[in-house]
Amino acid sequence: MLHIKCPHCGMRSQNEFSYGGDATVKRPELGKEISDQDWDNFVYNRKSLRGKHWELWQHLSGCRQWIKVQRDTATHEIFKTLKANEEIS
Amino acid sequence: MTQSFRLESGGLINRDKKISFKFNGKNYFGYEGDTLASALIANGVHLIGRSFKYHRPRGFFGAGVDEPYAIVQLYRNGETEPNIKATEQELFEGLEAKSVNCWPSVNFDVGAINNFLKIFLPAGFYYKTFMWPKSFWYKIYEPFIRRAAGLGTASIKHDKERYEHKYEYCDLLITGSGPSGLASAYSAAKNGAKVILAEDKSRFGGTLLTSEVNIGNQSGKEWADSIISELKEMPNVTVKNRSQVFGYYDHNMLVMSERISDHLPKTKKFHPKQRLWYIRAKEVLISSGSIERPIVFGNNDTPGVMLSSAAKEYLKVYGVLVGKKPLVFTNNDSGYETAIEFKKNGIDPIILDTRKEPQSEIIEDAKNMNINIKNSYVVVAAQGYKKVKSADVAKISDNKEELGSIENIECDCICVSGFWTPTIHLASQSGNKTKFNEDIDAFVPGIPKQNEKTLGAANGIYTLEETLKDSFEKGNLLSKKITNNENKISFPNVVEKKSTVHDKFWCVPLPKGKNYKRFLDFQNDVAVSDIEIALKEGYRSIEHVKRYTTLGMATDQGKTSNLNGLQLVSKIENKVVPAVGHTTFRPPYSPVSIGAIVGREVGKHSKPTRKSPMHSWHEKNNAVFVDAGVWLRPRYYKRGEENLFEASKREARNVRTNVGVCDVTTLGKIDIKGPDAAELLNRVYTNAWLKLPVGKARYGVMLREDGIIMDDGTTTRISENHYHMTTTTAQAANVLSHLEYYLQLVWPELNVNVVSTTEQWAGAAIAGPKSREVLKKLFPNSDVSNESLPFMGYMEADLFGVKAKIFRISFSGELAYEINVESDNGYFMWEKIIEAGEEFGIQPYGTEALSILRIEMGHVAGSELDGRTIPYDNSLEGLLSKKKDFIGKRSLSRKAFAAEDRQRIVGVVPLDKKTSIPEGSHLVKDSNAPLPNPKLGYISASCWSVEYDNPFSLAILKDGKNMIGKKLFVMSPLKNKVIPVEIVSSHYVDPKGERVRS
Ligand SMILES: [Zn+2]
Repeated sequence: MLHIKCPHCGMRSQNEFSYGGDATVKRPELGKEISDQDWDNFVYNRKSLRGKHWELWQHLSGCRQWIKVQRDTATHEIFKTLKANEEIS
Repeated sequence: MTQSFRLESGGLINRDKKISFKFNGKNYFGYEGDTLASALIANGVHLIGRSFKYHRPRGFFGAGVDEPYAIVQLYRNGETEPNIKATEQELFEGLEAKSVNCWPSVNFDVGAINNFLKIFLPAGFYYKTFMWPKSFWYKIYEPFIRRAAGLGTASIKHDKERYEHKYEYCDLLITGSGPSGLASAYSAAKNGAKVILAEDKSRFGGTLLTSEVNIGNQSGKEWADSIISELKEMPNVTVKNRSQVFGYYDHNMLVMSERISDHLPKTKKFHPKQRLWYIRAKEVLISSGSIERPIVFGNNDTPGVMLSSAAKEYLKVYGVLVGKKPLVFTNNDSGYETAIEFKKNGIDPIILDTRKEPQSEIIEDAKNMNINIKNSYVVVAAQGYKKVKSADVAKISDNKEELGSIENIECDCICVSGFWTPTIHLASQSGNKTKFNEDIDAFVPGIPKQNEKTLGAANGIYTLEETLKDSFEKGNLLSKKITNNENKISFPNVVEKKSTVHDKFWCVPLPKGKNYKRFLDFQNDVAVSDIEIALKEGYRSIEHVKRYTTLGMATDQGKTSNLNGLQLVSKIENKVVPAVGHTTFRPPYSPVSIGAIVGREVGKHSKPTRKSPMHSWHEKNNAVFVDAGVWLRPRYYKRGEENLFEASKREARNVRTNVGVCDVTTLGKIDIKGPDAAELLNRVYTNAWLKLPVGKARYGVMLREDGIIMDDGTTTRISENHYHMTTTTAQAANVLSHLEYYLQLVWPELNVNVVSTTEQWAGAAIAGPKSREVLKKLFPNSDVSNESLPFMGYMEADLFGVKAKIFRISFSGELAYEINVESDNGYFMWEKIIEAGEEFGIQPYGTEALSILRIEMGHVAGSELDGRTIPYDNSLEGLLSKKKDFIGKRSLSRKAFAAEDRQRIVGVVPLDKKTSIPEGSHLVKDSNAPLPNPKLGYISASCWSVEYDNPFSLAILKDGKNMIGKKLFVMSPLKNKVIPVEIVSSHYVDPKGERVRS
């Protein structure tokens, strides 16, 4: 079970969180024209990376905040966690 | 029976307390502190089972967790448990055990015929033989294999025992209480670190219990006892025996099973049988020791052939002789220690040492005791079927390839030592990159991935002095880093016998003209010849060889077989062992009972049960409940001899003609506040929300980004910046997360707060043509007329002193209201409604009647919003705003979603107006078409229409828009039904929606 540092609550076990997918995907702006391909890329197409990956988790049974977690998908090492409003650098 | 193999004195058992037990129906005695194995051996029982594949007789091979043979079926306090190692099971009064793998009995075994047919049972036998013909599998092969090759029988009774889970955090977790575990725990504890020391066995001390050493003027055991009692007194230390750390998971999470009651005749009141610990440790010190390796020779599975260290343990811990004419076969000095123990107890052993001229202190001791030592000698084969009677031995050449002439030596046990294999399972599970250590021909931990270090014998360190030094130091260093505190400990003086190098010899060649079975894996009957076949057939990867031959795949996970298997593969392949590599070690290290894994989450405790504040009223009024997610909801209220069908029709009809009341507390409720609340709703729902007036409710549908409907419900504007959203019962949690996602990550500029208020409000839906009359009586001071409170209106009112919210919304399609009060007042509200409604014939109705009402109205619910449908499919395209963007809108213009013949909701009526239509059935054009019959759609929900008194269903049908009036067939192969039907509008009752506005 992973040990994830919630930027709001501190170190907590994985069973308090739920996984939310790739954190680098940006939702297209509302009301803007977008090609089928770009929309498909946003909705469906994801890279299944091996290695460092920024992903979203929600601290569901804690503060309910969505957070950004940089994790190695192969080793599960967690390098960094950010609040929802902090930019991935 | 007398304990004819028990010594007069000695051992750590309590001879004052006799314990009676039963094995295979016979009564025996042992002592307190015995294991089932030691007590059986003391009684001269050496035959305990039959082997897995060939059903060869099986005895005892080890004295602990590494035991491959002695697996029994245990009976305790009216329960039975399979897969129990006799070497681990502590004796208790009244214990009963039986052999497994024997049919009809251990002495006469039908499966032993396999032994004579072994030419037909080579590697991959199961794969090759039982694959063909296919039809034989279920009826002939499988039952035969199950019967002939089981490892016991699981109980089919409910397990009455209690199992617990516990979460714990510590600075250092130390796995094993041998010299390295004790030393590291002691120095870490002295530095103030929070330490958990786990010992698998009942006794602490590991090898210190059986070795002839001195630490600081105490014997090894005395030193261990003193350290343990000091540790037990320290508040920062948890010391646990009978506790196996069996799994090492991510981020230094380890799992340990503590066997609290397994050694007792019966679990004490309020005690669990076992407890599973989830331990998050800052640092892990693995002090799991090492396991002695067998040497491979002919018939090396005969009962009486066992590990030399086990023989020593039976002597020193249990005062039990494994034999009275022992032969010790060794390639290192460990065998000499066992021989010396025999000699001390008046037994004359013979040592066969594969080495030519070894010299060391221990060997010198053995010589001085006049022990018969034969150098450059090997055991070629054990003789005897149910017990070793003698051994064929021979001289072996210096290159270890040529055997001299065979001699036969009488003996009743062969104690084997092929040197030591570090127990690296936990390190390997943690992701440690193990490396091969040439000096000990075994893998040791290498580069760690997590915060772990391996100590002592588990790390390939075999001298006590070095082990203690290293362990004191590591315990000190790691704890100092955590506590910033150092209490130096003076290193005790260590006295131990020096040993010399071992001989890298592991397999005795076959003598000319003999093809004895030489076993590698004792539990799964994998012999040298099986591996040779697998390699001949082209298997190369050790992982493939393992699966093909089943080497190391038994419940002992190859604890004694792994390395010899690797040696063999590398020899045949002409590779070095590290190039072959070892197979992956996976948790659990040793079998764990399912009960411990499940813990308390059994039966009704497997999930929480949520009840509405009106639950007890429903119970008092004969409600029959149904699970709705984690909620319990009344399905119907039983009157007299009514069944579900009759009751639900009565309740639904009463709503259509009079008035009914339904508990709707379970609906999800989300409170939404903030200046941008309307904007959020406008983006989340498909329809327009910006102009909803205060005091009005609106129905809305929300989509996922892929265009699929996520949920529906009504949201009411309570005040300027305050909305009350309802969701379906099932999606309540997901919708909240969904809103939080967009507010926190996508549109953080929106100034809105959302919070779940599902538990805060109790809800009752009052529905039916007479519902307004009931309302008038409930709220005599409020104007609830159609003008003042129209359809989709909202008002706050006083319910006999209780604040209530009235929403004029309807799921049943009738004139209806939903009243919400604070949960604490729910019961009060409900009683008042029933009271006020009495003169109008009010009846409570359950979810089944609710279903009838919504189905015949064509209102969609979970069975239509099933994660596969878009608004069009549910006739909800009218709710799609063209003027604004919303979540998922762009997806709706995808080709498939915009197709002309897109699936759509329709009504289905059987032509005979009688036959009920099973939910989940398929709609087809021609019921006689050849299979696979093209499927046009499926029945999503069925009911008996109370309005028309005939069956009615909803279906999602391809090109549903153009199918109204067509005749199709409903087919249910499961229920063996073919029903001719007509397709009608899904709005079967009141298609214009006049009733809700009346
Ligand atoms: Zn948090």
